[in-house]
Amino acid sequence: MSKIIKSISILSILILTAGNLLAAGQKLTMSGSTTVLPIAQKAAEEFMNEHPDVDISVRGGGSGVGVAAIMDGTVDIGNASRAAKAKEIATARGKGVSMVGTVVAKDGICIIVNKANSINSISLETAKKIYTGEISKWSEAGGSGGTIVIISRDTASGTFEVFNEKVLKGSKVREDAMMLASNQAILTSVSSTPGAIGYIGLGYVTDEVKPLVVNGVTASKETVISGKYPVSRPLYMYTNGAPKGLAKQFLDYLLSPTGQKLVEEVGFIAVK
Amino acid sequence: MTIKKNKKEKLLEILFLFFAFLSNILLVGIIIILFKESLPLFKEIKVLDFLLGRHWYPTYDPPEFGILPLILGSLWVTIGSLLVAVPLGLGAAIYISEIASTNLKEILKPAVEVLAGIPSVVLGFFGMVVIAPFLQNVFKLPTGLNALNASILLGIMAIPTITSISEDCISAVPRGFKEASYALGANRWETMIKVTVPAAFSGISSAVILGMGRAIGETMTVLMVAGGAAIIPHSFLQPVRTMTATIAAEMGETAIGSDHYFALFGIAVVLFILTLIFNIIADLVAQRFRKRIV
Repeated sequence: MSKIIKSISILSILILTAGNLLAAGQKLTMSGSTTVLPIAQKAAEEFMNEHPDVDISVRGGGSGVGVAAIMDGTVDIGNASRAAKAKEIATARGKGVSMVGTVVAKDGICIIVNKANSINSISLETAKKIYTGEISKWSEAGGSGGTIVIISRDTASGTFEVFNEKVLKGSKVREDAMMLASNQAILTSVSSTPGAIGYIGLGYVTDEVKPLVVNGVTASKETVISGKYPVSRPLYMYTNGAPKGLAKQFLDYLLSPTGQKLVEEVGFIAVK
Repeated sequence: MTIKKNKKEKLLEILFLFFAFLSNILLVGIIIILFKESLPLFKEIKVLDFLLGRHWYPTYDPPEFGILPLILGSLWVTIGSLLVAVPLGLGAAIYISEIASTNLKEILKPAVEVLAGIPSVVLGFFGMVVIAPFLQNVFKLPTGLNALNASILLGIMAIPTITSISEDCISAVPRGFKEASYALGANRWETMIKVTVPAAFSGISSAVILGMGRAIGETMTVLMVAGGAAIIPHSFLQPVRTMTATIAAEMGETAIGSDHYFALFGIAVVLFILTLIFNIIADLVAQRFRKRIV
């Protein structure tokens, strides 16, 4: 019996010491949007290389999680692929938290079709008609492939929110549209389905699918930054109050030319 | 010495009592949180409108929180999975317990149980890249991500549960039943189908119901392959959206404390009640089975 107690106490002392040793460096925690995740991870890796005493932990969860984590004070930085909603800002204020967002990158959303489709460009109007169900045949939209198979992101995702705001303008997606849970799932489905249309972040587009020219503008870094490309969005990192301490150091690093190069490396568009 | 030992035993007893209660406390805690977090929604909408509403548009203005398509989607793929799993699982169970040689049995039973260990995300991936294109070609469908695809995969996942428990129940049928049947001149097939399987019927039903519980609660696979359209299903070749997939896909992106967030907890409550009902039925059936055999 006493042996067990002894070993347990030794073990707990060991664990506590190890914990203290690990916590000796500076810590920065962040969580939130899976869209921002690759940027945050890449930047965190490079930042930790330059500052070996800093420990950054990055988690996903979604924009809602990022915003909520800032409200609850469980992280230093909350990532979001959308601006915080008025309701969220109000709730945060109720908790004594002032949410400050820093735009760290921009993302364009590409409308994509199967490579076999003859269509090359689309207007926002037509895209809206397709997604709301007013048009259901490719022949009516200027393409080929028979019946249009509509693929959308889940209505809760940040990507959908931007698509909803810029393309649907609040109209409802037809009910039988497929709702997939990730950019990758949409890419796979569109590339294997002749009549499909979908939308994904610019960084996810590969040559397995055909990105469409929207309102006469090709989605590219230049057109997203200049604001000419109509379906684009800023990506945010939220802090409680203006960023300070390690969070400020990290954001400054991410917004520096080196940091912005990392943003481009993972497929997004630099803001500076 | 004996007193010391008794003390030690008493201590261990208390420790295990604590463990036993811990899981119950956790369960109660989870139930309380589920209900507490879903209640605020019902200040906004009626329970019936929630359960029987036909439109799930949680992020629109004004939002619509009708989960009927989701409930039906879940039931639809669950029934589909049973259509796949019951014949295959039961057939395997009958073969393993009644026909296979002892050597073969020792290989087959663990092999079926290994199937239960495949992570659902792996099955989901398999469904996306193998089954979906296959279904699309065979049925000339616009998309292979549909209820049929999900049913097949959930069926595969439910097979180990159904086979394993059914096999135990069939093996537990007293020898006397079979011997009496042979004595009356029945052949092996007749004995199996008319005596052994009916004798194990309640055990088999409880196996099926447990398999059903497994299928209705499965999340990752259906999120990946069911297609996700929140429509009232009419055919297995349509995409559907289940309750589990909706919670998994939307919980991460919703604002905490919003009606949408409460609605997702509401779905969780409905799912919890459905699974609870399945488990209670399985338990009742299994109890009847035990009584009959003894």
